Amino acid sequence: MATRTFVAVTATALAAAAMLAAPPAGAESLRIGMITTLSGGGSGLGIDIRDGFLLGVAHADGRLGGVETEVIEADDERRPELAVQLADRMVQRDEVHIVTGIVWSNLALAIMPTLAREETVFVSPNAGPSALAGEQCSRYFFNVAYQNDNNHEAMGQHVANEGYERVFLLAPNYPAGQDSLTGFKRFFDGEVVEEVYTQLGQLDYAAEIAQIRAAEPDAVFFFLPGGMGINFLKQYDQAGMKDEVPVFGPAFSLSQDILGAVGDAALGVYNTAQWSPDLDNDGNARFVADFQAAYDRLPSLYAAQAYDAAQLIGAAVAAIGGDVEDTDALIAALETAEFDSIRGPFRFNTNHFPIQDFYLRQVVAREDGTLTNRMVDTVFTDHADVYAADCSF
Amino acid sequence: MDEAATRRRRRLIYGGLVGFLLVLPLLAEAAGQGFYISFATRVLILALAASSLNLILGYGGLVSFGHAAYVGIGGYVVGIAFVHAGDGTPILGLLPGGTDALVLLAAAMAVSGLVAAVIGAICLRTRGVAFIMITLAFAQMLFFFLVSLRRYNGEDGIAVWQRSTLPGPLDLNEPVQFYYLVLGLLLALLYGLNRLVASRFGRALRAARDNEGRAQALGFSTFRYQLTAFVLAGAVAGLAGALLVNATGFVAPSYLHWTRSGDLIVMVVLGGMGTIAGPTLGAAALMGMEEFLPELIDALHDGAGDYWKIVLGPLLIVIVLFARRGLAGVIEAAAGAGALRLPRLIPRRPGQPPRRRRTRR
Amino acid sequence: MDPALVVEQTLNGFQLGVMLFLMAAGLTLVFGIMDLINLAHGSLYMVGAYLTATFAQAFDSFLLGLLLALPAAALVGVIVEVTALRTLYRRAHLDQVLATFGLILFFNELVRMIWGPVPIRLDPPDFLAGQVEVLPGIPYSAFRLAIIVVGIAVAIGLWALIARTRLGMRIRAGASNRPMATALGVDIARLFTVVFALGAALAALAGGMAGAVLSVEVGMGEQILLLTFVVIVIGGIGSVRGAFFGALLVGLVDTYGRAFLPDLLRLVLEPAVADGVGASLASMAIYLVMALVLVVRPRGLFPAHG
Repeated sequence: MATRTFVAVTATALAAAAMLAAPPAGAESLRIGMITTLSGGGSGLGIDIRDGFLLGVAHADGRLGGVETEVIEADDERRPELAVQLADRMVQRDEVHIVTGIVWSNLALAIMPTLAREETVFVSPNAGPSALAGEQCSRYFFNVAYQNDNNHEAMGQHVANEGYERVFLLAPNYPAGQDSLTGFKRFFDGEVVEEVYTQLGQLDYAAEIAQIRAAEPDAVFFFLPGGMGINFLKQYDQAGMKDEVPVFGPAFSLSQDILGAVGDAALGVYNTAQWSPDLDNDGNARFVADFQAAYDRLPSLYAAQAYDAAQLIGAAVAAIGGDVEDTDALIAALETAEFDSIRGPFRFNTNHFPIQDFYLRQVVAREDGTLTNRMVDTVFTDHADVYAADCSF
Repeated sequence: MDEAATRRRRRLIYGGLVGFLLVLPLLAEAAGQGFYISFATRVLILALAASSLNLILGYGGLVSFGHAAYVGIGGYVVGIAFVHAGDGTPILGLLPGGTDALVLLAAAMAVSGLVAAVIGAICLRTRGVAFIMITLAFAQMLFFFLVSLRRYNGEDGIAVWQRSTLPGPLDLNEPVQFYYLVLGLLLALLYGLNRLVASRFGRALRAARDNEGRAQALGFSTFRYQLTAFVLAGAVAGLAGALLVNATGFVAPSYLHWTRSGDLIVMVVLGGMGTIAGPTLGAAALMGMEEFLPELIDALHDGAGDYWKIVLGPLLIVIVLFARRGLAGVIEAAAGAGALRLPRLIPRRPGQPPRRRRTRR
Repeated sequence: MDPALVVEQTLNGFQLGVMLFLMAAGLTLVFGIMDLINLAHGSLYMVGAYLTATFAQAFDSFLLGLLLALPAAALVGVIVEVTALRTLYRRAHLDQVLATFGLILFFNELVRMIWGPVPIRLDPPDFLAGQVEVLPGIPYSAFRLAIIVVGIAVAIGLWALIARTRLGMRIRAGASNRPMATALGVDIARLFTVVFALGAALAALAGGMAGAVLSVEVGMGEQILLLTFVVIVIGGIGSVRGAFFGALLVGLVDTYGRAFLPDLLRLVLEPAVADGVGASLASMAIYLVMALVLVVRPRGLFPAHG
């Protein structure tokens, strides 16, 4: 029985290898490697990115830039070394022209040496670490979403505008967390009462909430994406703090994917992003409506960014007449690609990161009781990151 | 059963496997599938790490649940040297950075071995489940320590944009050369291990595994043998880590995550504990499943690939339940009977791990 | 240091400890009696949280949701025990680790298939939503206090069950000498199933209550699993008393470490350095404690039996 199991496993593996060893489809198609988190913790974000991107491809009738488009998906399980392995496979075996999908900064950093060596373009629909915006920037890396500091900078500006003087800062102890507080402080000119770095993936924030209570700040700025943000917001509300000291955060702490789990504890909280589901342009209205129709849920910021990634690629491929094998031309076309971004005005900076507007959003309840974000104000127009000056390809 | 025929068949099978590994790059290049060279390189690197774990787990009976820590430390040696080579600052104010492969591989082994010596000296005071947990505890401490190292980007780790350099015309950027280097190292290690476990040292180690009290009564200082094995295993794991950084282009605390230690254990058990070839077979099997199962499931049922782990999980259970001696046991059965047999019908040979190790008196 | 802050952080440490105890009690019983390392214990915690959330939403009551989730999770536990784990009892610990690791993968994907990848919502009951003044001028979350109370009640209940009832007698007999217990007529197979169901229900109780404070998401079981193992190893494998004190120790060390270490280090180091070192020491603290305990007492603080 055991032996047979093994024989069966080996045989199927060999069959799979033989099947997969078939040469990739002809050069007339555009192959895109979608490496993202599709299982385990954080898969909500990866699935939103994949679905948003696929909707973008669908809106182009399956032909981005007029070229038959094939999206090859793979699950990175949020493991950097697996992401590298997948990138290697997609570039070498599937011969993809573009890689996209990665959610997390540490995974993006991990796969860049491989992609740069293989001279393959990476269009990041989310991760935008400062390392890749400045000295370590790569001509093969494009970020269509934001530089990690940007959303925090916008919130720093807003909190300063509102006249809060003493602010308590909270972020996980990892590079994106440090980027976030640096970004906030770059535009916030008041007093930082305390800066607390929590453990990555921390579950309980009671200790930190007690510290906040003791420090008596005017406001709290927190960057806790995913499950961490859910934990913090629920506990902050349960500690009765939400009405005493207001919290502010970047969109990641209050994105659509976590609002359902947080519930009323998130109601009314302000956050900043480069996109909002109610932004007033035709493309956005169509995106939101079609996403809801196709997947039966509201799109998150991540889905919007991935949709724009598809649009960007489509525009660039169209500009070079569909000759996707010419990587240098593709890079040049991506740099200057013009498309109707659903976030409003968009262009690339010299370091392949966006120059764009940033908006203030607020969590509100819809008529059916579900929570969503509503646009309130524009904080920055044509905002760029500070690292671009250090970047030369 | 004809012993000589068994030995011949066994030699034939393993000879065939080694032969396959030797020509694999040629086959892959002929098929225009360069990916499989770098994939096989990674498999062989992890086989190195799993084989080093096998020395203490399979032959020493010491279930270390923190072996990925030594892989990670070896990797960080290369990463940190790369960072300092880039900005010209000395490491800890003492040593220069660098990218020389020979120096780095040796340094990785030395540092990992040294850390293993310290950790091993403490952990080996415990046994059984306590040993499992204390090795895990040290690996976790190292993990969080590296996460907190801002100089080396904490959680993000170090992107190593350049592969280490070799003297002369040798070049790690050449996938085929890299592959043969790793294959050579692995074969050398397996040969060395084979000699080692048959030596007085190996017999003492196995004696300590099978009956520690009796081994001590016979005058063996079991602690010294076990510590030596622990340090050797750590050093080889460090070598694997240094190679892995070159293969993947980055090193991060995720190298040391406890689930990576779990992967190494799975490889050893899947392939066959206490067998020379087992860990290599296990590494190939686990990574092969990871690589091909999702696509295979997707091919069988469109869109189901997302849920591939719902297949992998029960598959692991089935393998554990029915293939007790791993893939090496399957090969052994094929060699022994000339035909497929139920593993449990194989007579247990001396030197095989005992069926069950009690952790509680 | 502000005394009010110390009181509050101590309560936080107790609350975390009590939660860990609920997890550890089931795990240590299964480990002690069946000699089974069950990595999938965290999966039962996750299933408990999801079931509580689902029932709570269906009946619009947290309490009813939790009460329904307990037997449901116990049922899941029985199914797992009968179909998968029963064959593992006689196997080496390593086999058990691998097989139950397979179970984790299975449960994570199963939960994702049923409930989707996005975290789901579970709120504490309204009557526990507010604050209670534990000491004059020190408000504390009523729900967290309730968790502490429930945890202590369960600890007492378990003690009574094991020390005072017939079932407890069988459990003790099974744990200390299995062949003897069998000879004396204890149906070991049934006893195992009962104990496993009890452990599953306790894990679900922990999951259901934690779910109201934490995010209910796929993979939540692994986050707490390692901590739980640390607890039972520190406490002494198989010992419920050890699990209780081990859990409180881990809860307090973890909370105090995060809350006070950076401040303490600021007394001797520059603030920026102190915060960095403090944060990293705090995250290593419980593992440091575990290593220390194991070096001094390899069988834990309260070894189950001689």
